[in-house]
Amino acid sequence: MSDSTITATPPEKTGKREQKAKKPASLWSDAWYDLRRNKVFLIGAGLVAVLVVMAVFPGLFSPIDAYNPATCDLSRARQGITGEHWFGSDNLGCDTYSRVIYGARISIIVGIAATLATSLVGGALGLVAGFYGRWVDVIMSRIAEIFFAIPSILGALLILAVIGRDNAGIGSVVLALSVLAWPLVLRIMRAAVITTKNQDFVVAARALGAGPGRIMLRHVLPNALAPVIVVTTMNLGLFIAAEAALSFLGVGIQSPDISWGLMIADARNRFLEAWEPLLFPALFLSITVLAFVMLGDAVRDALDPKLR
Amino acid sequence: MNRPAGAVDTHLSPSLFSGSLGTEPLLAVDNLHVEFTTRQGVARAVNGVSYSLDAGETLAVLGESGSGKSVTAQAIMGILDMPPARIPKGEIRFRGTDLLKLSESARSQIRGQQIAMVFQDALSALNPVFTVGWQIAEMFRVHRGMGRKAAYAKAIELMERVRIPAAKQRVNDYPHQFSGGMRQRIMIAMSIALDPEILIADEPTTALDVTVQAQIMELLAELQRESNMAMILITHDLGVVADVADKIAVMYAGRIVENAPVHDVYKNPAHPYAKGLLESIPRVDLKGQELYAIKGLPPNLLDMPTGCAFHPRCPYKQDECVTEVPPLHQISGTRSSACHYWREVLDGTAG
Amino acid sequence: MAPQGEPILEVRDLVKHFPLTQGIVLKRQIGAIKAVDGVSFDLHRGETLGVVGESGCGKSTLAKLLMALEQPTSGTVRVAGRDLGSARGAELKGIRRNIQMVMQDPYTSLNPRMTVGDIVGEPYEIHSEVAPKGDRRKKVQELLEVVGLNPDHINRYPHQFSGGQRQRIGIARGLALQPEIIVCDEPVSALDVSIQAQVINLLERLQNEFNLAYIFIAHDLSVVRHISDRVAVMYLGKIVEIGKDTEIYDRPSHPYTQALLSAVPVPDPEGREHRERIILQGDPPSPANPPSGCRFRTRCWKAQEICAEQEPLLQIRPGTDHESACHFAEAHDVVHVS
Repeated sequence: MSDSTITATPPEKTGKREQKAKKPASLWSDAWYDLRRNKVFLIGAGLVAVLVVMAVFPGLFSPIDAYNPATCDLSRARQGITGEHWFGSDNLGCDTYSRVIYGARISIIVGIAATLATSLVGGALGLVAGFYGRWVDVIMSRIAEIFFAIPSILGALLILAVIGRDNAGIGSVVLALSVLAWPLVLRIMRAAVITTKNQDFVVAARALGAGPGRIMLRHVLPNALAPVIVVTTMNLGLFIAAEAALSFLGVGIQSPDISWGLMIADARNRFLEAWEPLLFPALFLSITVLAFVMLGDAVRDALDPKLR
Repeated sequence: MNRPAGAVDTHLSPSLFSGSLGTEPLLAVDNLHVEFTTRQGVARAVNGVSYSLDAGETLAVLGESGSGKSVTAQAIMGILDMPPARIPKGEIRFRGTDLLKLSESARSQIRGQQIAMVFQDALSALNPVFTVGWQIAEMFRVHRGMGRKAAYAKAIELMERVRIPAAKQRVNDYPHQFSGGMRQRIMIAMSIALDPEILIADEPTTALDVTVQAQIMELLAELQRESNMAMILITHDLGVVADVADKIAVMYAGRIVENAPVHDVYKNPAHPYAKGLLESIPRVDLKGQELYAIKGLPPNLLDMPTGCAFHPRCPYKQDECVTEVPPLHQISGTRSSACHYWREVLDGTAG
Repeated sequence: MAPQGEPILEVRDLVKHFPLTQGIVLKRQIGAIKAVDGVSFDLHRGETLGVVGESGCGKSTLAKLLMALEQPTSGTVRVAGRDLGSARGAELKGIRRNIQMVMQDPYTSLNPRMTVGDIVGEPYEIHSEVAPKGDRRKKVQELLEVVGLNPDHINRYPHQFSGGQRQRIGIARGLALQPEIIVCDEPVSALDVSIQAQVINLLERLQNEFNLAYIFIAHDLSVVRHISDRVAVMYLGKIVEIGKDTEIYDRPSHPYTQALLSAVPVPDPEGREHRERIILQGDPPSPANPPSGCRFRTRCWKAQEICAEQEPLLQIRPGTDHESACHFAEAHDVVHVS
């Protein structure tokens, strides 16, 4: 009487959420469901969305093309906020508002490129190191530790100094940041892989005769991805801040490219005469970093299995 | 180590002098409700539980995961996290005083001193960075204001009382240096340190091996006999219950479905759930046959069946069970069953 | 089900020592945990061998060795005549088809990121010769039906099921390749009491339907008795007693078996005051440093000098009808004294 009756009993309902969604929910879609209801995530995502649109279509926000030197007027330098220049004008008489808008592009490009590079390299190596262990792990972890030991801004300064100002630009900044940051992703991925690979369902897959490739990609990776996603989201903001720092120090993005860090550096000497060209890029920079950190925080909450 | 182990007779009936506090029992849980606010909604973990306990008595609370047996105990101890938990209704009377109305400081006076608890997982209940001696001694320092030396001496004495070999040498060891059984003994030592009147043991042997389980249950029975302590034993193991309990409260979906002296339940259960559990135990004379199995699944606390929560799984189900919540029918002075058809269940006339 | 014909599983002198090492760069072996230390038994088609013992006795390591998840230190496992230890690559994969397992914890043994259909269908993806691609979905649904789940739930995820249902999913996965042997490692101990009987019934029904042979590892002695044809009792990496279920339960001859059986609480309060109970002293010794001679002697009330000097062999002794590894083996019914 026992077994045949099982199929007859109605399927267990897993809470109201599923009844609403009416669709089998994977853990990813569950996390997405939580995210959509998280205010921190909505604010962060909203800000990021605006920034990305700003980076791709700066013309939508600013009538002035900041890359056109003809829009600057030396005689109107440091004029303060006017109806024409909402954020004032800088030392060269260029419109700060349009420069801040156009500056988003480089920040976003550097952030995304450095994040992609570190996630792919660090993630792949971390997966392999954690999965195979033994000497593979020892070698990779030691190499990672060497890079890890270098103080990041100092290291980036050094790398950029070697590359030289003439070759400096987006590419070299991304390279310098990525070279120093991939070990962090490796460590996190490795730790997540090590906890995952000893779980019962991985043992079960091995017992079925699954090869290492299938186990890594089907079983270990999807279950080890969550902490890496959290860290890379937060890293995005940190890379943007680091780019600004390097540009501020003069080794990163070079004029005539527009970067918030560069703008702050240019404005700092005449800060007392005109605070607008310093304050606004700094404000945008802070908001951008904050937006990504908020995003990372919300993603962590949604993905953390301990909270489910 | 090499001593012969003999047959041991551990059970005595509860003392005749127990709990003479007029008519009020030592501990009375009365119509207790506990809810949890979760992301998916409100989970009603305990829905009107009542039981009572006299000194020297052992009450077994039997139920599976989610039946509310542990939540009730945590409510008695006052260790529920509120929120997410909430106690909308009910009383927990200890010697006639409602614990739920006491201030937090008054409750913490009772906790540990009058009512103590032993948990299932001794390793996580002990602090890994302090020696066991320090942790046991802390009970005396905090609650009895003893000095370091005296408290340590008491700790060793207690470790000997729970039969930890070479207690003097081991008092400065850390929890991880002990085996599972020994850690559970240390937990028990801490819980009886202040001579509580009630000991709540929440699945005290579930994580242990059978031979160690037997040692621990024997230890608890002896300690109980020495001090005439009352005990609430929370478990899902029908064997352990049969061994030590005086009376049973069978819980299902946050309610007590049967309340009775232990012999009555095992001889002739009055609730279909209790009956199903007992019948599903593998028996020698039925080897090779299919086991009796309660059909279906335990209920979802967020989406409880209407009427009697057991009706989707019940062989005695009638229309009434789907619509009417069965009250706890009084069968005799000591027995009750929350089933509309308890007579039929008792008679064994199947539905 | 009397054992007859060629055994489907032969285990001979199986040993697994986990080395204990010291140092980081230059690892020195300073000892070994003797998890499984000389285990031999046969299993026939359609038969159930129960393996009981307490934590640390090596029963879970034994399961891993049988599944080729660990390499034995020495000894052999032969599945339908083929040696598991020497097989590699495609040959090992072929042997695996014949021996599958059901794990203890239904909450961790299913990949939470895969649907039930993917989980149960994965054996077919790995062993693609078993079922052509077009048939797989149907086969998975059939399997779900066989284990008593709704075949329409194929696209659901494990967390949408209860513990008992998850264990059924695990069983369906184990059945997919139509193995002849299934190693069940504590398959019901993580389940609610009211669900355990359902799963045991399912396992028995499947055994009759597909003529499966089970290695049934558990610590619940009454469950083992119900399902097993023969029972092996393990202590510190060795089988101390093995025999038919009635021989082990009614006439246990090894003191450890007797203690184990008497320690199991009987779910009947009747006559509990007079029940014989052997309470063993202390805990099992560490498998890294087992006692000399008989490993049980440190907790045994019958121990004499010979027990420390000479290791008792697993054999039939005068006065017993089945194999027992005790110098003083003597049948003694501990459960039925009244």
